[in-house]
Amino acid sequence: MEFFFQLLINGLSIGLLYGLSALGFVMIFKSSSVLNFAHGQLLAIGAFFFLVLVSWLELPIFVAFLITLAGSFVLGFAVERIFLRPLIGESLIFVIMLTVGLASMFKGLLLFFFGGNLQTYPEFLPQSMAIQLGSIYIPPVYVASSLMGGIFLLLFGLFFKYSPQGIFMRSVADNQTAAMSLGVHVKKVFALSWAIAALVASMSGIVLGIINGINVHEISSIGLKVFPVVILGGLDSIGGAIIGGIIIGLLETFTSGYISPSLRDVIPYIVLVVILLIKPYGLFGLAEIERV
Amino acid sequence: MKRLTFHPCGNYKEHYGQELAIFETDFGRMWAIIGIALLFGAVPFISSPYFLYVLNMTGIAAIAALGLNILIGFTGQISLGHGAFFGVGAYAGAILATTVGLPFWAAVPAAGIVTALVGMVFGIPSGRLKGLYLTIATLAGQFIIEYILVHWDSLTKGTMGIMLPAASLFGFEVNTDLRFFYVIFVSLTCVTLVASNLMRTRYGRAFIAIRDNDRAAEGMGIPIFFYKLLSFGISSFYAGFAGALWAYYMRAISTEPFTLGLSVEYIAMVIIGGLGSIPGSIFGAVFITGLNESLRFVTDAMMNFPALSGFGLNMASLREFAFGLAIVLFILIEPKGLAEVWRIIRSTFRLWPFSY
Amino acid sequence: MENVQNETLLQINNISVVYSDVIQVLKGVSLKVPRGRIVSLLGSNGAGKTTTLKAISGLLKPENGKVTDGGIIYDGRNIQNQSTEEITRLGIIQVLEGRQPFKYLTVEENLKVGTATRWTKPYKKDLELVYHYFPSLTKRRKTLAGYCSGGELQMVVMGRALMAHPKLLLLDEPSLGLAPLVVKEIFRIIKLINEEQGTTIVLVEQNANMALQIATWAYVMENGKIVMEGEAETLKQNPDVKEFYLGVGAGGATRSYRDVKSYKRRKRWL
Repeated sequence: MEFFFQLLINGLSIGLLYGLSALGFVMIFKSSSVLNFAHGQLLAIGAFFFLVLVSWLELPIFVAFLITLAGSFVLGFAVERIFLRPLIGESLIFVIMLTVGLASMFKGLLLFFFGGNLQTYPEFLPQSMAIQLGSIYIPPVYVASSLMGGIFLLLFGLFFKYSPQGIFMRSVADNQTAAMSLGVHVKKVFALSWAIAALVASMSGIVLGIINGINVHEISSIGLKVFPVVILGGLDSIGGAIIGGIIIGLLETFTSGYISPSLRDVIPYIVLVVILLIKPYGLFGLAEIERV
Repeated sequence: MKRLTFHPCGNYKEHYGQELAIFETDFGRMWAIIGIALLFGAVPFISSPYFLYVLNMTGIAAIAALGLNILIGFTGQISLGHGAFFGVGAYAGAILATTVGLPFWAAVPAAGIVTALVGMVFGIPSGRLKGLYLTIATLAGQFIIEYILVHWDSLTKGTMGIMLPAASLFGFEVNTDLRFFYVIFVSLTCVTLVASNLMRTRYGRAFIAIRDNDRAAEGMGIPIFFYKLLSFGISSFYAGFAGALWAYYMRAISTEPFTLGLSVEYIAMVIIGGLGSIPGSIFGAVFITGLNESLRFVTDAMMNFPALSGFGLNMASLREFAFGLAIVLFILIEPKGLAEVWRIIRSTFRLWPFSY
Repeated sequence: MENVQNETLLQINNISVVYSDVIQVLKGVSLKVPRGRIVSLLGSNGAGKTTTLKAISGLLKPENGKVTDGGIIYDGRNIQNQSTEEITRLGIIQVLEGRQPFKYLTVEENLKVGTATRWTKPYKKDLELVYHYFPSLTKRRKTLAGYCSGGELQMVVMGRALMAHPKLLLLDEPSLGLAPLVVKEIFRIIKLINEEQGTTIVLVEQNANMALQIATWAYVMENGKIVMEGEAETLKQNPDVKEFYLGVGAGGATRSYRDVKSYKRRKRWL
């Protein structure tokens, strides 16, 4: 039974991480319907940026964290400006392919500068953040990441539902030409969503780095994990991303705990296909409204 | 009715046969025949063995890319599992050749059929899923197939890989690059013809109707699920056929190459070549294979310089960077692909000096 | 006062529009829109009406179109080939053809998007104004626009445009695919908006009958050119317009399609 609970806790916390990593992805999808294949690389860039600031430049943690967030915000903005803006109005598949190209560009650059070895952050989270529940121990990182996940979920939910910029973003995703005809600054919307996505991604990247260590291949592959997570939840649902993440996290830990560790990496996809066959728009996605 | 020799300066077609013709003018047909004659008669004899190898790889890639273009470009279903289907083809070919003992001429098409069946199984979600959701379902297919290839030890020998017997056709050993060149390019010519003819039949028109508006197509009485499955089947047949050829050409296969990266490469070929364009698929295959080979060439060259070899080690990662950069630049500069570039060049010549 | 009323708000001087550098759609179109009036633009499919509107609102760019010649002067400024963001902020809002709502947004959220050109300012009053003009939207507030009927959608997209406080409203076929009664209602509201808000309106229509009833001035387009213009009242009496757009024969009686044979007899003003 203790094994079960430990798996449960592990699964929940890994799942929350997946969900958190997926937030930025959903952000971009919601505003521009683009599947961002470079998301894993955005995570990695955040993690490495933080590493450079903390380990090499030895800045205080809090300062480094803020600089990383600001830096990735600018990066997201720049990526949109340089690469995606010329494609506004083109068919989606080109934009998606472009993010595939970006993914290998970023990955190549990261490998060039940092190599493929595992690196780690110095220990910095206070031990007092840990939670001891009977025999079950929850390390501080998980507590911190749950807190962050919860806060961002709330912020994003409010942002999209009530703020003008959030509504503009959704309108652009819905019908770009119509949004343009009403004077929505489509370019600004895209730039903003990429910037926010990169910001959230780098934050998740840092958390991933604290838990698993920082490795280009490792973190990039999390970027692919994001797909089953968001699809499971429904591509455009932010709450769905978190729940999808938790489902996938639990599935993975329980499969590797009780059945076989090698099945761990495919089980999310098998479940994904099954769920999609039953609910074609994921668990919480909006059904497509089609009028012919 | 005399066929036209030159492009008319307007639409003067009088019956559907003219609309459907592959070659609009006799000139077009003549150039195509000259091109094929040069390809088979001259190219193999003036190219070095290495170049011949590159050509062969391009030919194989072109077959698979053609298949993917039928699915993405003509039917509008984006698949991220083409690399895995290519792998299924390679393994099917290898297993049919070793365990079952089929000869070369039978094993390759049979591998295509096996792959087509597998592809149709993974195409089943297309009955309910659309757009990006389907894309992700095929991504799941990619990972599931990869897993099966590695873990179904009794059939695929897992990570050990399989060695294939030498191919032989009509009593000839197909064992040199040159002989493979003929096998591959005759196959490519055939499948290209099949593909371009397919698009002129009711099946092709149904595919295009589904791509443009599947609801409307359904309303016209096209059974869209059947046609989507068929499109998955045909596209996977091409992938499997190419995979089996590749397995024979390599003589030894393992599970490593058939990753998501390969699937992405095929999609890159189709997009860079031109969606929904048959020659485009071939252009795309030439471009991506050429890019890969030239990047490898540069890396190898740097490794051979002692002074640069340390740097050359890092170059491996820069290769990935350059690959991404090439795709990005291409999409930014000409998103409609090489086929569009080709069309613009041709019509510029044709219409010069008045652009409209 | 009269002088201000008749001042020209928008003037198009001999523009031509080319798509993809190859296809020429407008071949020298000129028109004038007086401030505070409704001007109607009639013509068959493919005549270039929608392209004219898009040339004004700056929506040509995403479709790879360009104004290659001539000029568009709005309120004394040259606006051809400017971006949509700038043009909408000058007060020109186009309502697209075929009702393009934001399907996944509720009706009220759709309306809120209309404030994009001035989203920092309060908009509560404008919402009330829109619900005042389109009372049937009130009970649909929280419904996803994708589930509304065609007539309601037309009201949503027009209301959305009103939220932007347009000085010049470009309406592209508001009657498309709507029941005659709904069409009547929509046109009544258009007239009302024009009178009460003083909004200048350019109205593109196939339904020439309705359009000529509320417009003061009308243009007829064909093949990318303006072939006829005049007071709406005068045009209504014109025998050609009567026959080809109003379906009324020279004798005044409504004629059946069999007699019209418009594809043969259709007059070309080239």
